[in-house]
Amino acid sequence: MINVEKLHKSFGETEVLHDINTSIERGEVVTIIGPSGSGKSTFLRCLNLLEQPTSGQVLVNDEDITNPNINILNIRQQIGMVFQHFHLFPHMNVLENLTYAPMTVKGESKVEAKQKAEQLLAKVGLSEKLEAFPNSLSGGQKQRVAIARALAMEPDLMLFDEPTSALDPEMVKEVLDVIKDLAHSGMTMAVVTHEMGFAKEVADRIIFMDEGKIVEESEPKSFFEKPDSERAQSFLDKVL
Amino acid sequence: MNLDFSQIVPYIPFMLEGVWVTLQFVIIAIIFGFILGSLIALVKISRFTLLKWLADFYTSIFRGTPLILQLLLIYYAVPQLTGYDISPFLSAILTFGLNSSAYVSEIIRAGIQAVDKGQREAAEALGIPYRPMMIKIILPQAMKNILPALMNEFITLTKESALVSVISYLDLMRRAQVVSSDIYRSFEPLLFVGLLYYAMVMVLTLIGKYVERRMRASD
Ligand SMILES: Nc1ncnc2c1ncn2[C@@H]1O[C@H](COP(=O)(O)OP(=O)(O)O)[C@@H](O)[C@H]1O
Ligand SMILES: [Mg+2]
Repeated sequence: MINVEKLHKSFGETEVLHDINTSIERGEVVTIIGPSGSGKSTFLRCLNLLEQPTSGQVLVNDEDITNPNINILNIRQQIGMVFQHFHLFPHMNVLENLTYAPMTVKGESKVEAKQKAEQLLAKVGLSEKLEAFPNSLSGGQKQRVAIARALAMEPDLMLFDEPTSALDPEMVKEVLDVIKDLAHSGMTMAVVTHEMGFAKEVADRIIFMDEGKIVEESEPKSFFEKPDSERAQSFLDKVL
Repeated sequence: MNLDFSQIVPYIPFMLEGVWVTLQFVIIAIIFGFILGSLIALVKISRFTLLKWLADFYTSIFRGTPLILQLLLIYYAVPQLTGYDISPFLSAILTFGLNSSAYVSEIIRAGIQAVDKGQREAAEALGIPYRPMMIKIILPQAMKNILPALMNEFITLTKESALVSVISYLDLMRRAQVVSSDIYRSFEPLLFVGLLYYAMVMVLTLIGKYVERRMRASD
């Protein structure tokens, strides 16, 4: 579903992604781990063109999205993204947050969009917050709404960029549980996370990045028992 | 103490009329400046490099030279260059409108850029196109920054409008001078129109406070 070939990304003079090659199959859950500043976010953002790759190819469903003639909006509709800091629309209530894009972008009717929003809110356990405004929600609730908002576009792929890093510890679980459910439902996803327990439990594959490179790609079991690279080993020693 | 307000009493209707004369061109200049300023702000946040440069240049000209110079230039230069005999009223609207548009465009640009850039990214990630994103997501949030600053700009414009007295436009300020030379007293008419300016600014301030409160309530 995603194929990345020889992806490079520079900001000005500094190259922050060097020759990334990987792929994500339909239904696969990939977690991306690595030290801060290693390029995890930039890599994720190249997949939905929040960052424009400097060179290389990114194929989404066999379409090269680095082609300048591509319809970016079309691609983005197929890819949901969840941010570390939620980025809910503060002037809209939860229902409007969930229905605005489907109605505006996909032309869904109000009734249709609302029905789906209600189902999604039930799924993330927030049915009673339909009318609430974001600033009245806790961090964990905000992030669950943000996940529901991305799902309302019915994407093929979900990207998560450290979805629990901005949360108070007691709210991490409620968000991870939602993401786990989603993983088990067969959603294709790429999750950048520092939650090693989560990665071990949910991931089909771990991508370990360091200094703008993919250093290692392995099964979670073998990765956490004994990674191939020394750099991954020393990273794990620090975080586990 | 040599104060005698009785002498200005016959002139009170004449001076009060000045409030309306001043308001007339101030309101038109505010609307003109706001519309033009909004358009210039759109250019400033766009991707058209040359247009952006022009918009920045335009802004810096109006912010970088004295308002009275701009007023006199327009009043004297237009007839000299084009042969069109521009009226004080039109000169005033043009000068204050153009000048205000420069400030308004900066206020709107800054207000939009102060919106958390995550908002834009979230909208983009959902595939929302530029126009609806701007209108429904970015601008409503920018309003909170923009409105108070706009209100300030309108108050400044109202006060600075007194400058048009130098091109003999019979505004509130000019009327105080006319009365002064009639009765050989300056202090009383100046104090009187001073109170009128103060009242106008207070009304604007109250409107601004009301709007701000409404915005906060809708938060
Ligand atoms: N918009 C940007 N402009 C310049 N440098 C950037 C930008 N975004 C990220 N970087 C740099 O790219 C590198 C990788 O950043 P990032 O992808 O955010 O890493 P991670 O998510 O792994 O912490 C860092 O050195 C960071 O400073
Ligand atoms: Mg990051």
